[in-house]
Amino acid sequence: MDKRIRNRLWIIVGLVGLSVGSLVPRNTKQRVIDRETGRMKDTTVRRLPINLGLDLQGGIHLALEVDQSKGPVPDCADAIQRAEKVVRTRIDEFGTTEPVVQIQGRCRLIVELAGEKDPARAKSIVQRTAFLEFRITDMKGLFKDALPQIDAGLRKAGVKARGANAPSAVAQLFGGDTTKAARDSAAEANTPGVLSSLLFQGQLPGEFLVPEEQWPLVDSLMNRPDVTSLIPRGMELRWGAQSESRGARAYRALYAVEARPIITGEELVKASARRDPVTNGSVVTFQLSHRGARKFSDETARHIGDYMAIILDGRVQGQPPVIRSQIGANGQIELGSKPLQEASDLALVLRAGALPAPLTIVDERAISATLGADSIHDAVIAGVVGVVLVIVIMVGYYRMSGALAVAALTLYCLFTLAGLAMFGFTLTLPGLAGFVLSIGIAVDANVLIFERIREELVHGKSLRLAVDDGFLHAMNAIVDSNVSTILTALILYAVGTGPVQGFAITLIIGIVASMISAIFVVKTLFLMWLNRRPDMVTLSI
Amino acid sequence: MIRLFANANYDFIKWRRVAFSLTGGIMLIGAIFLATRGLNYSIEFTGGTSVQFEVAHRVETGKIRAALDQVGLRGADIYNFGSDTSYQVRARLGANASEGDAGTQAVADSVARALDQSVGQGQYQIAQRQSVGPKVGRELQGKALLAILVSFLVTLIYLAVRFEWRFGLAAVIATAHDIVATIAFISVMHLEVSLVVVGAVLTVVGYSLNDTIIIFDRVRENLRKYRRQNLYEILNLSINETLPRSVLTHGTTIATTLSLLILGGEVIRPFAWVMSFGIFTGTFSSIYIAAPVLLWIEKRWPGEDARGARAFGSRPATTPSAPAAPAMSSQPRTPQPTR
Repeated sequence: MDKRIRNRLWIIVGLVGLSVGSLVPRNTKQRVIDRETGRMKDTTVRRLPINLGLDLQGGIHLALEVDQSKGPVPDCADAIQRAEKVVRTRIDEFGTTEPVVQIQGRCRLIVELAGEKDPARAKSIVQRTAFLEFRITDMKGLFKDALPQIDAGLRKAGVKARGANAPSAVAQLFGGDTTKAARDSAAEANTPGVLSSLLFQGQLPGEFLVPEEQWPLVDSLMNRPDVTSLIPRGMELRWGAQSESRGARAYRALYAVEARPIITGEELVKASARRDPVTNGSVVTFQLSHRGARKFSDETARHIGDYMAIILDGRVQGQPPVIRSQIGANGQIELGSKPLQEASDLALVLRAGALPAPLTIVDERAISATLGADSIHDAVIAGVVGVVLVIVIMVGYYRMSGALAVAALTLYCLFTLAGLAMFGFTLTLPGLAGFVLSIGIAVDANVLIFERIREELVHGKSLRLAVDDGFLHAMNAIVDSNVSTILTALILYAVGTGPVQGFAITLIIGIVASMISAIFVVKTLFLMWLNRRPDMVTLSI
Repeated sequence: MIRLFANANYDFIKWRRVAFSLTGGIMLIGAIFLATRGLNYSIEFTGGTSVQFEVAHRVETGKIRAALDQVGLRGADIYNFGSDTSYQVRARLGANASEGDAGTQAVADSVARALDQSVGQGQYQIAQRQSVGPKVGRELQGKALLAILVSFLVTLIYLAVRFEWRFGLAAVIATAHDIVATIAFISVMHLEVSLVVVGAVLTVVGYSLNDTIIIFDRVRENLRKYRRQNLYEILNLSINETLPRSVLTHGTTIATTLSLLILGGEVIRPFAWVMSFGIFTGTFSSIYIAAPVLLWIEKRWPGEDARGARAFGSRPATTPSAPAAPAMSSQPRTPQPTR
């Protein structure tokens, strides 16, 4: 085989391999509702790596802005950032698999909830005012002391530990060698504590770590009425906002904190992050109101050396800092060598609780899942019929050459879908329409080339020369026309929103894919065809 | 081999007056519709609430309308959406809607109340619901206009670089014609102007440009090849030479848009309508607008070789005027202008 053809074939095989590879169903992590507990948990599912837009899978789209009707808000970008932080903390409450929360432009927040049906519920979660509080962690270990009692209570209620030989007892996460001993002793006693076997002592008093995959279970256990009644009076349990990794495993922090907040977000006036000029560490500074300052200095005086959890909407944010000294109106939280970004995040949390940003919904749409499914169904049928028509036209008119173009068309479809998957773009209904439409346009390049080849043949050129010149002379027109279409599509993408952007993206990817398949792939097929039949005198075109 | 319109030799440019009157007539009708009925903007642009719902049994639209009137939404529209038991209710915000979301929310609540009254609570299933505030609507209107203008500018620049400014101007004028004609079509058909439809209009722009560029590319090539012919002849020759391609490409594209129109479902239908019409007007304008306009521009502002200036007067050439003309074609490839 000709070396030129072999190289071309390798490139095509590489492209096809890449495309198929990016389309293979893969494991993705999803947060779903746990049937047993009714809470969110992580699962992995295998699925096609193509994201469907809300209009195809159904769901709710909300666009929110800061309410300026009761007077202008000076810094709407900050207000929206705070709102984003708040909505993110509540992300589990939506109960949907992959909620999208993102800031659009400067002052608009987009929340997309695939599969959600009840707009009123979604809106109430988003618009609820954030609640910030500072609470002292369980310094005396009251909750830890109560654990055996809770375990006993659970055992009495007939709750069994999952995996009886799980490393038992609070401890041993950092203990290394003692793990085995502890396990043995626990096994001997044959009384693995149901709850305590799931909790590992954290670094601070009142901090526990729960393996990420267990936290829905722990959460359901500690919300049982017989357990809540056993939790020491004046204590409450609060989850950390994010999971953190220790070694290879992910853990979720659980904090036992005092039920009484020492101060709430109402008393906060402002908060900001900066770098300490002396220590070069990241620092969050905050300022309290008069009333708050009095209360806070009393409380901090009594709690020097204690840890203070910062809780936004019931979730502990970051690791609780230690109180070093009495704090009045102006305080600061030192994060040491942690990046400034973390300090900015914490400052955002403080501001989010301090200044409620009243959000108004400027755009709301709810699409039922059935409508989405119908849309996919209809579009697929239209696509199939369209493709069949295109095949009939091409093969009927151009015969063998048309068949080669149709073969390249299948690669075109593959490349386009792979492009969508590879760059993580979302497929919307207009996008599907664009895809169907671009199948019609995709053969245009081949039509141009074939017509050129025919012309060259009419001019009396030899087969091989006619094919080469046909491709060469058609190139100008193909490039110019496709570039101008890409330019319009780019403008559509820049200016449009959601569905229209989806359309623009499929159009752009489709054009690029059609250039590859119509020019490169078809040329290769032609070369192979001519090589195999060197004696051919008339081209089936 | 099947060859459609091979060696075609039609004098397309001759019909430019007829074409201009035809398209002028369409635009006049469109203008009348626009003036009397206006465009049927979706609530994405006007702000307001639209609810699409399905019921088990047919409900009199009059009943729904009465309920909507009762809650104070007098201008609301009610459509059947695809089937007998599927409806869409659309209540726009008034022009004097308040800035905040209070107005939008009130309209959304009123629509829900009206449906509960007329259809019965729980008797209908909401397939799609959208509420848009007035600000977003105004923003979108601006953006859509901006998108069209920017796409003109970018095209003009691209064509000026790749061809010459005269070609760019002609292509943009042809494209502007397509947009106006498409808007006339949307108005006459009373299609709902949503964001997606605006997207379709922009796609028509791209498609029409594409088509114009294919012909202009041939013109550029033929201008170099046949040095003795005037522009009138070159244009006709180029259109004729690209005719088989036009027929094939438009055939395949129309096949796909028609299948979208007929089978693609109710949601995508306005998009498919605009695309189908756009393919016709795009093809039409490439031949009957872009080419004659180029002729006219070249005549007013002649280019370097000034062939445009004598766009119609052919050189007194007695020998075959196209030296490289295909020997095999039996007909003379250069049409003789009629004036």
